[in-house]
Amino acid sequence: MKVAIVKYNAGNISSVMHALDRLGVECVLTDSHEDLCSADKVIFPGVGEAATTMRYLQEHRLDETIKGLKQPVLGICLGLQLMCRHSDEGDVNCLGIFDAPVVRFHSKNQTDKVPHMGWNTINPDGNSLFKGLSNRDFVYFVHSYYVPPCDWTIATTEYIVPFSSALRKGNFMATQFHPEKSGPTGVRILQNFIAI
Amino acid sequence: MLAKRIIPCLDVSNGRTVKGVNFVNLRDAGDPVELGCLYSDQGADELVYLDITATHQGRETFTEVVKGIAAGISIPFTVGGGIGSIHDVERMLAAGADKVSINSAAIRRPELISEIANAFGQQVCVVAIDARMTEHGWRCYLNGGRIETELDLFEWARQASESGAGEILFTSMDHDGVHQGYANEALSKLHELLPIPVIASGGAGKMEHFRDAFKKGNADAALAAGVFHFGEIGIRELKEYLHKEGIPIRM
Repeated sequence: MKVAIVKYNAGNISSVMHALDRLGVECVLTDSHEDLCSADKVIFPGVGEAATTMRYLQEHRLDETIKGLKQPVLGICLGLQLMCRHSDEGDVNCLGIFDAPVVRFHSKNQTDKVPHMGWNTINPDGNSLFKGLSNRDFVYFVHSYYVPPCDWTIATTEYIVPFSSALRKGNFMATQFHPEKSGPTGVRILQNFIAI
Repeated sequence: MLAKRIIPCLDVSNGRTVKGVNFVNLRDAGDPVELGCLYSDQGADELVYLDITATHQGRETFTEVVKGIAAGISIPFTVGGGIGSIHDVERMLAAGADKVSINSAAIRRPELISEIANAFGQQVCVVAIDARMTEHGWRCYLNGGRIETELDLFEWARQASESGAGEILFTSMDHDGVHQGYANEALSKLHELLPIPVIASGGAGKMEHFRDAFKKGNADAALAAGVFHFGEIGIRELKEYLHKEGIPIRM
């Protein structure tokens, strides 16, 4: 089992590597087309700003590489958003793997703080990524933009509005939350991904 | 439903966890990485590590501690203490911290907040405020509570939020270490005023105090140190209690 993590100008990639280390899974951080294409699994993590990051991916030709991957791919947080069609953050066209928009949370009242930060529940639809989990399990979110529920939604979460907390289209999976920071629940999700 | 967060705070000096009572009388409460893992296993939602050493050597030690924490725990953690520049922030994030908290440096140079937010995202920047009720109202303090300023708590919190702070960590110095409950009125006012989450700090002595910080103070998270370190309150029993009190909690 060889897991490749997409190396780019995103923050906190090391936390994903640590999480895989704790699972005893070997991983490599790389931006090489060959290494990414030959890996058994690819993780596309991310903390950062959409437009800046998209520009970086295009300059390094990682956009075409990621879109062309055939093995199971897991996008995390900004990774999920970049896999969509367009993001309002910086008004930028993204990879378009999921034909869905990324829009900003708007507070309806004072209790709605943005960013959506902290532990929230997910309603999984029975996808293998969420094997063994229920709608009582909490995962860790930090984000100001979200994907509305769409054809590829495999889990939803409620914050101000219902939104997609995970997406899947064939080999492409993505979570808006951070499994690498979500305690035992996150560990289970990463294990499920590795097992796919 | 978004859960209210319980956050143990660990003060670290020369690689060891300590806790002051009213900012003096330090007692040793163990190894920071081990203690962090223990809290994480017990259900802590997040951890805060404050470096209270002032020496260069102490800071080097702290960077190593941060690397150990990042490798060992699977929940988010914030680091603070002595962070004065964007380079300090970069060093802490590179070591694996999820967020950094800045305090005196932000009061001295408020642009630091927007610099951090622009470089690493709003969620990275926690602005910590030490304040005390004076005859002029709530006033902010510098250098771990040693220097009084003329800055009003609410005015500063709003300015910090507008500059790009992701969260406000508010410590009431009058309440800290006294174990008589959090400064709920001031917390509630901050909640009304700010579009970002507020972390309550200073005053936890009983489980009821956490309930009140959430119910009366409308805090998004509650931070405590001594009551956890010395086993006076167990995180698991605290969360069960809050859950029974109808507060949304990650179980």
